[in-house]
Amino acid sequence: MVPTEYYVALSAVLFALGCIGVLTRRSAIMLFLSVELMLNAANLAIVAFARQWSAAGAQHALGGQIAVFIVLAIAAAEVAVGLGILVAIFRNRVSTDVDLLSEVRA
Amino acid sequence: MTDLVRWAALAPFLALAGAVINGLFGRSLRGNAAGVVASLAVAAGFVLSALAFLGVREVGAVRVDLGDFLVAGDFTLGLGFHLDQLSVLMMLIITGVGLLIHVYSIGYMQGDDGFSRYFAKLNLFVAAMLVLVMADSYPLMFVGWEGVGVCSFLLISFWYEDLANANAGRKAFIVNRVGDVGFLLAMFLTFRAFGTLDVQAVNAAAPGFAYGAPVLTGIGLLFLVAAAGKSAQLPLHTWLPDAMAGPTPVSALIHAATMVTAGVYLIARTGGVFANAPDAAATVVWVAVLTALMAAIVAVGQTDIKKILAWSTISQVGFMVAAVGAGAYWAGIFHVLTHAFFKALLFLGAGSVIHALGGEQDVRKMGGLGRKMRTTGVTALIGTLAIAGVPFLSGYFSKDAILGALLSSGPLGGYGAEALFGLLMVTAGLTAFYMFRWYYLVFAGEPRSKAEFERAHESPAVMTVPLVILAVGSVVIGYLGLPAFLAPNWLQGWLAPVSAEVDLAHLSTSAEWLLLLGSVAVAAIGLGLGYWVYAVGGGALARRFAATPLANASRGAFGFDALYRVLFTGPGEAGAAGIAALDRDVVDRGVSGSAGLIPLLGRLLVRLQSGYVRAYAFAMLLGAAALVLLVALIGVFA
Repeated sequence: MVPTEYYVALSAVLFALGCIGVLTRRSAIMLFLSVELMLNAANLAIVAFARQWSAAGAQHALGGQIAVFIVLAIAAAEVAVGLGILVAIFRNRVSTDVDLLSEVRA
Repeated sequence: MTDLVRWAALAPFLALAGAVINGLFGRSLRGNAAGVVASLAVAAGFVLSALAFLGVREVGAVRVDLGDFLVAGDFTLGLGFHLDQLSVLMMLIITGVGLLIHVYSIGYMQGDDGFSRYFAKLNLFVAAMLVLVMADSYPLMFVGWEGVGVCSFLLISFWYEDLANANAGRKAFIVNRVGDVGFLLAMFLTFRAFGTLDVQAVNAAAPGFAYGAPVLTGIGLLFLVAAAGKSAQLPLHTWLPDAMAGPTPVSALIHAATMVTAGVYLIARTGGVFANAPDAAATVVWVAVLTALMAAIVAVGQTDIKKILAWSTISQVGFMVAAVGAGAYWAGIFHVLTHAFFKALLFLGAGSVIHALGGEQDVRKMGGLGRKMRTTGVTALIGTLAIAGVPFLSGYFSKDAILGALLSSGPLGGYGAEALFGLLMVTAGLTAFYMFRWYYLVFAGEPRSKAEFERAHESPAVMTVPLVILAVGSVVIGYLGLPAFLAPNWLQGWLAPVSAEVDLAHLSTSAEWLLLLGSVAVAAIGLGLGYWVYAVGGGALARRFAATPLANASRGAFGFDALYRVLFTGPGEAGAAGIAALDRDVVDRGVSGSAGLIPLLGRLLVRLQSGYVRAYAFAMLLGAAALVLLVALIGVFA
């Protein structure tokens, strides 16, 4: 069995990549992709821990896997809403550059 | 008969009702309706007073109970009116002269924007003054006392758009407040000494103290402070000349006929205390005589037609206060009565002149007006002769009674009664002198200003009829108090039941005759000197004396205003300015400074809101990293 540490390390790498993507990319689409990457990095860590608990014979070991489903569902909803907003913005601005969307500064 | 008297308790409420009607609905009353309503209210009061007068003649004093005023523990103070010979007489003066002045005002205030406001205040004044004289206890009297003070303030500053008028009103109010403090302290001391504030009970109990007991002297002196405030005696007289800023009928009603006599009434009403406190009584007389003399000197130097009369009023009220201080209550009230007629007449005459000249008040621009204004001129001449003490007119008898009282008063023995008599004699001469000047400069001689003379015209009947009535009164009212050795003195007998027991010696008949002739001589000398100084050679002598120190002091009213400015208003204003500076520079600056700190902080924090979504994301990342670090550290060290 692959040790849990490997999964967690992979999860950390993916999360870091997602972070870098969010911070460096200006396209809203790429921002979304990066956010998805971060979410799924977290999901990966959660299912890895769930697998370890289950192997150790713990009660309610499936809790982690259920949590991941909830995260997936919410992520899907978020994408639906987010893309809707994005399309609306694109229709207005003909651009998805988030740095151009800074009118709400104080 | 008792019921007849009891109805008089309605009089102040009628005047109050008139004030309420005019105050609330006056604006919707057309034409002269406001003045008619006000006059009717006072006329009804006059009728009730007259009926009460008849009733009191039959049954004597009547107490009208209106319920409890103050109940505190075992102390109860009734709210009620005490209607006796003195208060009924005062009611007749207030409503009688008041009615004439109300009617006159309908003409004088014609077309004024505040026509109904004026009558509301005038009615309110009559109501307060009636409460003052009818009250059976000092606290209720104080209600009326304060009421007339407020009304005086309201009416002096009636044309409040002009700052000078508003200031004059405030001055009157504030100076009166000084006297009011005396009244309050006197009440406190009275309650401590007597355990009651009922006027009759206090008068009845006063002889129970030792003659000249310090507490009676204290109460007397404090009441003197109160009387000095309302009756414009030294050193609280400064408000009355300024009070001439009000409409002229107000000067006649309030500042000549009624309100200024409140102090006289107070002392007469509290006779029991003063009769047993010779030190206080003598102080009253000295203050009054010095006031009378000082004011008479000042009156000579004034040039405003109303201010001359105002100073004359201070002087004449000095006569009255001197009389009641000496214990000759009937003589004081007699002069109140006669003065109410001839001074109201003089003021209304002055008002008629001012009205005719469109507001001109400087006597130096008048002259010869008697030819244009026959009725006003003749009635003013009667008033002038009455106040000057010309025989067979009212002022002659009342002034003579006061002078005689000073000589015969027992309590004054040992307090310089002869000096007081001499000073008051000189004042009587001065009165004739300055009143001659007043009459001559306004009505006689050659007109000094052609334009003003051309403009002059006689006033309408609504103004001249009250003048005629007052002139008749000024002549005949004196016969109510003829010298007792010649004819029955009705007034003295009328007031005897309500006057405190004072040792008034009888002068010998020869002394009485000397006094009568002396009064005539003094009046003649005053009038003659006036003629010599102001009429002969067109007033050449007056011009020659114009630069003497006494003339300067007279014009400057002996510098009381300047002195009070240095002593009181100056430091007061400096203190106010200091506190204003403290408020502005310390308190305000502190508050504004701390308020200024918040926007500063805001400007710093606002930089965080860049609007760049990635900057927010980075901040979140840093925050999350910090939290993780914190959790990790806690894990390591805990």
